[in-house]
Amino acid sequence: MAQMTMIQAITDALRCELKDNENVLVFGEDVGVNGGVFRATEGLQNEFGVDRVFDTPLAESGIGGLAVGLCLTGYRPVPEIQFFGFVYEVMDSISGQLARYRYRTGNTFNMPVTIRSPFGGGVHTPEMHSDSLEGLMAQQPGLKVVIPSTPYDAKGLLISSIRDNDPVVFLEHLKLYRSFREEVPEESYTIPLGKADVKREGSDLSIFAYGLMVHESIKAAEELEKEGYSIEVVDLRTISPLDIDTIIASVEKTNRAIVVQEAQKQAGIAANVVAEINERAILSLEAPVLRVAAPDTIYPFPQAENIWLPNYKDILETAKKVLTF
Amino acid sequence: MGEKKTKVFNPAATLNEIENKFEMFQILNEKGEVVNKDALPDLSDEELVELMTRMVYTRILDQRSISLNRQGRLGFYAPTAGQEASQLASHFALEKDDWILPGYRDVPQIVWHGLPLWKAFLFSRGHFVGNQIPEGVNVVPPQIIIGAQYVQTAGVALGLKKRGSKTVAITYTGDGGSSQGDFYEGINFAGAQKTPAIFIVQNNQFAISTPREVQTAAKTIAQKGIAAGIPSTLVDGMDALAVYVATKDARDRAVRGDGPSLIETMCYRYGPHTMSGDDPTRYRTSDIDNEWAAKDPIVRFRIFLEGKGLWNEQKETEVIERAKEEIKEAIKKADETPKQKVSDLISNMFEELPHNLKEQYEIFKAKESK
Repeated sequence: MAQMTMIQAITDALRCELKDNENVLVFGEDVGVNGGVFRATEGLQNEFGVDRVFDTPLAESGIGGLAVGLCLTGYRPVPEIQFFGFVYEVMDSISGQLARYRYRTGNTFNMPVTIRSPFGGGVHTPEMHSDSLEGLMAQQPGLKVVIPSTPYDAKGLLISSIRDNDPVVFLEHLKLYRSFREEVPEESYTIPLGKADVKREGSDLSIFAYGLMVHESIKAAEELEKEGYSIEVVDLRTISPLDIDTIIASVEKTNRAIVVQEAQKQAGIAANVVAEINERAILSLEAPVLRVAAPDTIYPFPQAENIWLPNYKDILETAKKVLTF
Repeated sequence: MGEKKTKVFNPAATLNEIENKFEMFQILNEKGEVVNKDALPDLSDEELVELMTRMVYTRILDQRSISLNRQGRLGFYAPTAGQEASQLASHFALEKDDWILPGYRDVPQIVWHGLPLWKAFLFSRGHFVGNQIPEGVNVVPPQIIIGAQYVQTAGVALGLKKRGSKTVAITYTGDGGSSQGDFYEGINFAGAQKTPAIFIVQNNQFAISTPREVQTAAKTIAQKGIAAGIPSTLVDGMDALAVYVATKDARDRAVRGDGPSLIETMCYRYGPHTMSGDDPTRYRTSDIDNEWAAKDPIVRFRIFLEGKGLWNEQKETEVIERAKEEIKEAIKKADETPKQKVSDLISNMFEELPHNLKEQYEIFKAKESK
């Protein structure tokens, strides 16, 4: 097995699928010769040719339209949106078109598209590059929204996404691209979409998180362990649809929960998780379910980023409130 | 800038020069006379008659659709009268395996391409079965978001090119649609990727109520294609022969590998924007209506065919009667389609239903069985 960063695992997943299925096409802005601005598509054009891995003109809506049209001719497009902050330019293609196609054609067409895009804060990008906009996607029926937190998960989830016969938005946290390496099999493997993963078992409190916040949650859990608490950390991995069974099983075991998201608090994924717990497991709860999230402002300027973004200390504080309720 | 300098640097003059090159291509004038003999298409007598048949049939379909809508027997409907040459002569230049990505007024083209009429009626009524496209009919349901069909056409055309298929993707929008970002992105992508796409702008002079001159400073919409580096033409959209020739030429070049084209068809919709409450008297005068009625595409094509001895009143009556009969049958078939259920709609969301939808499916299934 090889040691890979998340970005390497993503490239590897793309390579596996380009090899496995000749209908897989990878395209976007600067994904060809340049290998993508983060090198997610490094070497792929060389290996698979310009017909299968290609640069597009600089227009996100056009990229979305290409994806729809290529599906109609039997392809399995994997477009890249260079930064997810640019998603507004392609919202119609995603929400107005891709997500609705199977439904509006009564199951006669489907859109096996995987839109990959980097997002997430903490790396001092210019405006509109770091926003956590997964909530917008999760609001849209007809889409699956996947956010990996580790290299191993990234590869298996991306392969599953590309093989899925419905549209998937696959969001890659910028800060996780090269933050650590782990063992990743070189062969192809899949991790089912819609399944959360218990990253750390515990019995006193469940922390539900995804993306970078999984790692902040684990850090908080390790601190709390020193104080004698046993903390479970559940990585949602797919935020739409949610893995209700895993969430509820964890809450029924620990009887206490918090939900962590990097995004602003308003109308977010965390609120959705809290609502599911309330509807399905309220009698198991010993304390209210609290959220850790960013303030409801526009994403901050780079110099204020690190005080704005939720971190393990915020998680620690909220976890204690629930543990001592 | 001084006079001397404007001689060497004069962007306004360049613009003027380019715009003046866009003359309207016409073969049959308003009186049905051939004004451009050299451009006459190579169509057999049978083909000319078939094209006329489709135009007459579609005019009747429009009249019946409007009246069915008024009776509450159809839903959403965008009238087509006045645009028959623009819609059907462009379609007539296509082959069966070509793809059509229509706007919501472009139902006639997809019906003539193979979508059963009863399904078109179900689309109008808002029933998903209307959008279930039969296998082998290369059309998609009418697009509601103005311009979205343009970027998707670039995608279909790219797919056709990659497959090495000798077919094209054609799409339609209106004068208003040419103001959309997706219009530019679509023609630009297809140009850059040199794909077999045909982009038609049916310039019917008004985007709902907004007149053409409010949309753009450009003298023609056709000239917008020049900026994308693709061959572009301005065509008399009330002249079936001119529309046919322009589209056939675009198709021939596309399948030869020469890339996409933009065609602006100058036309007019006689009726309202849609049957959902639009009142054209708020924004059009009867003078403009009359001016365009005098250019009617069916009238002039009829004169042309009668002159060749290919058409007469009896033939026209036969087509009208056939249309009425088939429309009646199609409505009957649409009426027989079972009502749609929320559980059907839920099961059309994904290949495999996730947890939330499985639960909601069961809830609606139970409600529906009561």
